[in-house]
Amino acid sequence: RAAPHPAPGEGGEGRAYGWLRASTLRSGNAVHPPFASPATAALASWVPVVGLEIHVQISSNSKLFSGSQVQFAAPPNSLVSFFDASLPGTLPVLNRRCVEAAVMTGLALNCSINKKSLFDRKHYFYADLPAGYQITQQRVPIAVNGSLSYSLCIDNKMSQMVTKTVRIKQIQLEQDSGKSLHDDARSQTLVDLNRAGVGLMEVVTEPDMCCGEEAAAAVRELQLILQTLGSSQAIMAEGQLRVDANVSVHHPGEPYGVRTEVKNINSVRFLAKAVDYEIQRQIEELENGGTILNETRSFDSKLGCTIPMRDKEGKQDYRFMPEPNLPPLILYDAKSLPVNMNHQQVVNIDWIRERLPDLPSVKRAKLVELYGILPEHSFTLLNEDGLAEYFENVIKQTQMKPKKVIGWILNDLLSYLKQHALTVKDSPVSSFLLADLLNLLERREISSSAAKQVLEELWKGEGKTPLKIVKEKKLELIQDQKELEQICQSVIDRQEDEVIMMVLGRNQKVLNKLIGLVQRATRGRSNPVLVKQILEKKLSE
Amino acid sequence: MTEKGNFHRWGQPLGVLDGIPIAVKDNFNTAGIETTCASNMLKGYISPYNATVVQKLLDQGAVLLGKTNLDEFAMGSGSTDGIFGPVRNPWSYSRQYKEKTPPKSSSENEESDWVITGGSSGGSAAAVSSFTCFVALGSDTGGSTRNPAAHCGVVGLKPTYGLISRHGLIPLVNSMDVPGILTRCVDDAAVVLGSLAGHDPKDATTIQDTFKPFELPNLIDVRKLCIGIPKEYHAPGLSSEILALWSKAADLFKDAGAKVIEVSLPHTRYSIVCYHVLCTAEVASNMARFDGLEYGHRADMNKSTESMYAATRREGFNDVVRGRILSGNYFLLKQNYENYFIKAQKVRRLIANDFVKVFGSGVDILLTPTTLSDAVPYMEFIKEDNRTRSAQDDILTQAANMAGLPAISIPTALSKRGLPVGLQFIGHSFQEKQLLTVAKWFEKQVKFPMIQLEEVKRHDCSVFQHQKSVSFL
Repeated sequence: RAAPHPAPGEGGEGRAYGWLRASTLRSGNAVHPPFASPATAALASWVPVVGLEIHVQISSNSKLFSGSQVQFAAPPNSLVSFFDASLPGTLPVLNRRCVEAAVMTGLALNCSINKKSLFDRKHYFYADLPAGYQITQQRVPIAVNGSLSYSLCIDNKMSQMVTKTVRIKQIQLEQDSGKSLHDDARSQTLVDLNRAGVGLMEVVTEPDMCCGEEAAAAVRELQLILQTLGSSQAIMAEGQLRVDANVSVHHPGEPYGVRTEVKNINSVRFLAKAVDYEIQRQIEELENGGTILNETRSFDSKLGCTIPMRDKEGKQDYRFMPEPNLPPLILYDAKSLPVNMNHQQVVNIDWIRERLPDLPSVKRAKLVELYGILPEHSFTLLNEDGLAEYFENVIKQTQMKPKKVIGWILNDLLSYLKQHALTVKDSPVSSFLLADLLNLLERREISSSAAKQVLEELWKGEGKTPLKIVKEKKLELIQDQKELEQICQSVIDRQEDEVIMMVLGRNQKVLNKLIGLVQRATRGRSNPVLVKQILEKKLSE
Repeated sequence: MTEKGNFHRWGQPLGVLDGIPIAVKDNFNTAGIETTCASNMLKGYISPYNATVVQKLLDQGAVLLGKTNLDEFAMGSGSTDGIFGPVRNPWSYSRQYKEKTPPKSSSENEESDWVITGGSSGGSAAAVSSFTCFVALGSDTGGSTRNPAAHCGVVGLKPTYGLISRHGLIPLVNSMDVPGILTRCVDDAAVVLGSLAGHDPKDATTIQDTFKPFELPNLIDVRKLCIGIPKEYHAPGLSSEILALWSKAADLFKDAGAKVIEVSLPHTRYSIVCYHVLCTAEVASNMARFDGLEYGHRADMNKSTESMYAATRREGFNDVVRGRILSGNYFLLKQNYENYFIKAQKVRRLIANDFVKVFGSGVDILLTPTTLSDAVPYMEFIKEDNRTRSAQDDILTQAANMAGLPAISIPTALSKRGLPVGLQFIGHSFQEKQLLTVAKWFEKQVKFPMIQLEEVKRHDCSVFQHQKSVSFL
């Protein structure tokens, strides 16, 4: 469960978001309440409060308590062991890899790892829960009290980024449930237990966020961290990362409001939309004198709104009970490790800590330091799977400075990939080819506009080298000084008016026009710097 | 009988139990064989796997004769509340019992005098007692192996919790259940223990230490022993007969030179209530999986999933099981959890600590009665309900389950009515060797008489030629 928003009466301070500010939230669904007068608008400031419960599927070969395989989209009920099907007499046996994944994740999120944690049974009846209970960690979870830092762009520009932090309340290990498919046509429910028993880490945040953008950015950063650690692939579309949002609003200085839980959010983008919609909905409801019910709502992505889920009035009592078949989970560190045990027999927190890979924030800092690129650039590099690696590969193979290379990566390569919905992995232009092209540019064999033309050709993925394309399309820069001077002269001769203006006032605009004309005459094969020099020289004569 | 075939072909026994007929209580999973727990819920359920203990016995070459009857889901102390009907104590048909207990009236059917086996592993105890097999597996949660062992005149061993794997044993109370061993003599129990004990990776509650099977010495120096007699086990309702027997047994040890002292386990009287809370809570949880969806009985009810669950569970479970589920759910409710479940856990800790203190003060073995009386006639037993009976009958055996300690019931003598009475020894955690050694010595001293079943006697009089009529009493 997410950390409950403090109950009414407990009060809380928050960032005051004036109503006007809220309406500029980047959800695109800004709705203005029917205010009587501008005066009331100023009074009606609301503080939205957002917390998240994130269920992360652990990347492991087998399930949390049984040896059956973990695999996406396998034939129904083909990955179900006796224990998963809850056959009587079967017992849970803890999967070591899942414990390590949880410890890694806890360390990466700056949590304290509990050296002793416990397992509990959470009871409820549902078709996809064969045992009638889920094994989870309710009393003492494996990790607590951490933090997650993430970055946001202010005002929709990449130029200004701000770092925010959300506190992590806890991480607990628990079983995933199976899947129910409701066949209304035949009034039946089909149950697939392939997913039943897969290991999950539930990451619970404190309610430190205030809008959809923050929630989305936090989740995005968590995804990157998990993927870097390898503890989960965290692909939302495959159900490996599922987010429930807890949302409430209150006036600054007043106690926290009633919160609702929003489920059925299938992407990071929808998360931002769902949260912002719910904030707006609650504000409107309260502005109109209504009340907020402590309920669970489902996000409808088609309509872009949240709707109440099946009535959960009279809250469920899960009758928590310790899981008697699993002894307490004991973890060790270098200090507490018994002398005669090796690390194969136990889980050693320090051993895992020493082997943690560089987290995204560290990688970004390194990129900035190593290559002199801007923080926002490193952010984008890490945000696209494989892009940072691509960038570094290009750097290795070219003499062009990183600060220039980054432009080609972010502006040209990335926009092309986005346009065609391709991943870096599927790029028809390899880092080798791009580096090759950039080298031609760097050696001044072609102009930058010519380079762009070559890149266009390369996208076709016909396997031609940049040099070949340059030769085919005759895009080489004119190296012959005399030839260039001739062309410049002919342009000057044709553009009498401009020449007179130049003589009179040394107009930069006119000069640029002339340069442009030369470029056109040479079909991009002239070096603009050189052309400028020649023109200036000629005009001064 | 392929195992036996192999034996003859190769001349090599598969193991120490090769060819030995065994019976297994029907709450252990047996692959390809119906496993019912004497419940409608699992009637016709063919298990796809063997419980670890079953597999181990089969690997030794033991021959499984059949699954034995029990109280439904092991809930009961009479083996009378299963769907296949009650189990009859073989001693009901013994010459010893018939001599001492004339029928109530000539017109009354002889049948109405038969006595219960005790429970819940009554079928297993009866199987061993009536010579149908040498070994039977039972389970012991509150005394379910020792109680019927005492009533049926066989040896009933409850091992230390965590020594033997529970994988495949359909659980009653996961934190107290152990597989129990029923045999005709202590040596046999030691042999079977040797085949079964040890860590099982499929059961995370078994200890990691390697278990070394042992043989029991024939002679021991009793003078080195300190026997404790816990005064609280002089429980209300304990028959004067058994009290006298218990006293005689203590004298036996004293006369042989052992130190025999009175000790106190002050929290004994709270164990029944404590057990009731913890047991019903676990039952409510363990029975949640029986919903008719994946296996077992499914009611013919299509209106909704919930109604299907309700009908399935109403039809599948008897009143005893349903009663415990309701109680258990009550104790697990958020508002009750602290006052009942947590409290019971704390009381459990106190009960266990009683034993720690006593054993820590130099006592090697505790000697107590196993049951309050000899076996009662079925007709009398069913006059009280299951819950009342269980509460009464478990008092002497229950605490050992709370504390996870090993305990064994040894048939000691026949009662005035000609029925077996057993006495119990409770030992230190994982000290089965010492426990069984003392038990074997005691067994030798008391020379419990063999059951004289009329039919058997008719066909093989020579078996009884050398039967000593001297009884311990």
